[in-house]
Amino acid sequence: MAFPKLNATSYWSYFVGGVVMLVSFFVPGGAANSGWTSYPPLAVIAPGQTMWLVGMIFLITSSLLGSINFIVTTVQLRAKGLTWMRLPFFVWAQFVTSFLLLLAFPPLEAAGVLQLMDRIAGTSFFMPSGLVVSGQPLQISGQGNPLLWQHLFWFLAHPEVYVLILPGMGIVSEIIANNTRKPLWGYRTLVYSIVFLGFMSFIVWAHHMFMTGMGTTMSAFFQTTTMIISIPSVIILTALLLSLWGASIRFSTPMLFALAFLPMFAIGGLTGLPLGLAPPDIHLHDTYYVIGHFHYVVAPGTIFALFAGLYYWFPKATGRRMNDLLGKIHFWGSFVCINIVFMPMFIQGLGGMNRRMYDGGMQFAHNAQLTKWNVVISMAAWALGLFQIPFIFNFFWSIKRGTAVDRNPWDATTLEWAAPSPPGHGNFLTEPVVYRGPYEYSVPGAAKDFSPQFEGERA
Amino acid sequence: MNIPYTVEARPDTGLSNGKLGIWLFLASEVMLFGALFSTYIILRTGSTTWPHGELSVWLGMANTFILIGSSVTMVMAWASLKLNDWGKHRLYLILTFVLAGIFLVNKYFEYADHFARGETPAHNTFLAIYYTLTGLHGLHILGGMIVMAYLIGPGAGLWKRNPGQFTNRIEFTGLYWHFVDLVWIFLFPVLYLL
Repeated sequence: MAFPKLNATSYWSYFVGGVVMLVSFFVPGGAANSGWTSYPPLAVIAPGQTMWLVGMIFLITSSLLGSINFIVTTVQLRAKGLTWMRLPFFVWAQFVTSFLLLLAFPPLEAAGVLQLMDRIAGTSFFMPSGLVVSGQPLQISGQGNPLLWQHLFWFLAHPEVYVLILPGMGIVSEIIANNTRKPLWGYRTLVYSIVFLGFMSFIVWAHHMFMTGMGTTMSAFFQTTTMIISIPSVIILTALLLSLWGASIRFSTPMLFALAFLPMFAIGGLTGLPLGLAPPDIHLHDTYYVIGHFHYVVAPGTIFALFAGLYYWFPKATGRRMNDLLGKIHFWGSFVCINIVFMPMFIQGLGGMNRRMYDGGMQFAHNAQLTKWNVVISMAAWALGLFQIPFIFNFFWSIKRGTAVDRNPWDATTLEWAAPSPPGHGNFLTEPVVYRGPYEYSVPGAAKDFSPQFEGERA
Repeated sequence: MNIPYTVEARPDTGLSNGKLGIWLFLASEVMLFGALFSTYIILRTGSTTWPHGELSVWLGMANTFILIGSSVTMVMAWASLKLNDWGKHRLYLILTFVLAGIFLVNKYFEYADHFARGETPAHNTFLAIYYTLTGLHGLHILGGMIVMAYLIGPGAGLWKRNPGQFTNRIEFTGLYWHFVDLVWIFLFPVLYLL
């Protein structure tokens, strides 16, 4: 990293933020209980929120320092010969993600400061006039705007969704290229798409707010931008699918997770389209359909990508490979269970079952046929939990007892495989030089089916 | 192990690491204050009454000139290093620090005066946004002063060991300082005049 001390500061700031949030469970008044969106006026009135806000400020500081460090490192410290179009797609994904964090988090920090003022100094930034709590009129100056919080919040929270998914896309791309033994299909298109995706993610936030009565012009604008942002996502997914065409695929554990990512993310993405259009959103808003959609993106999407990445880079980090059989049990169990958890939520949501009901919505007649799915979902969720046990065991067992590997166990082409496994201080033994693009697999006429970036032409 | 481009610029990007870093930081600061100024606009356009003339224009104006002056001395502190004049650099940097201090003292009297009249942040929305914006700006001034204190005191030894890097640090502090000054240039008309 370009700034090592900043890197450490970022980590410790994150640590302090996490501790503050955990400690909030043990202080009088308890932890924050206004939901992750912390909508006012509830969040201003409810106890426990102050610690959450203080913790958030530490986390935002950490993310700010980290993203500056990532961007500067990517721009300034690329190895000799590593031009922009030779960067692995994962690096591009992290680069765009860093920009999202850098520019989208400060408005939430501003909103957090304003909410803190509302709670501590008694201001009314988000508090409208005439509020009555428990039969008592609230003694505040009023004239605030609760919708203002929602705008500031979603200005972060929508790009945040892309912060979750873009690195996942990057990880999956690396693993697909490695296990298809082919170059990624349309590398440049992927790069331009992800940059455009990052840019567009800043102007779609109010599609979370169609039901707030903000007006049809606003809704029309934000549903248009939302439809536009689906284009680069579909391009990325299509390019990854086309990369599989005609390949002799190695079905390793990381590849299974990466392959599962593609249809799972597609389900998550495509079910988002009706939510992005204001008229169907009136019906679907705040139902289990939203939960299903969102979790298909981040659970079998992002989490599967993270599992794929863990199995793929584990040998690099530890010098040992994770057990393949346990990995496959982990994969198939998780894959089946996670679908049984989230697929019924679409049925429930389409039937009109609302989320955030204290009794799960039992008191509504239209939910009578839908709540039975809760039993299926609960059982699948427990089974999903059980299938993580092989993974946890595998992870710790393999650190000590996995099969030892050399520096490039997957016959990969990108730069990290030039470093020893595990890498020592400074990563590389000698300063690496990059000679070619990141995915030169099965080059015609080459002696082996992979031509690493870090190996020059042999005389 | 040495990290490259801490002093000299990378040829193809034309930037040193620190300079890119500080510009990225300022970009995020623009988003922070941008969100707060947007808040101001939304709250003001959404309210039925908005107080006018509650703040002392003279105190605000004095602080505007103090900050502009400190920006000039900050540039001089950097230029003196480029001219290899250590004595002048010390003079100008300390002057910048003192001007920043005067700004905060001035601000303190302004706050104290309002509080004495019962005009706390909870009083009305205008005062709420006034205290939030100027308070956050004041924290930025304080942050700048801490960095300057470091560069005047324990950090000054770097000039002997690595004059290039020290000059860079003064330049980046200056970039930050100009930004803080610029925020005030926006705050003054928005809060005191409009």
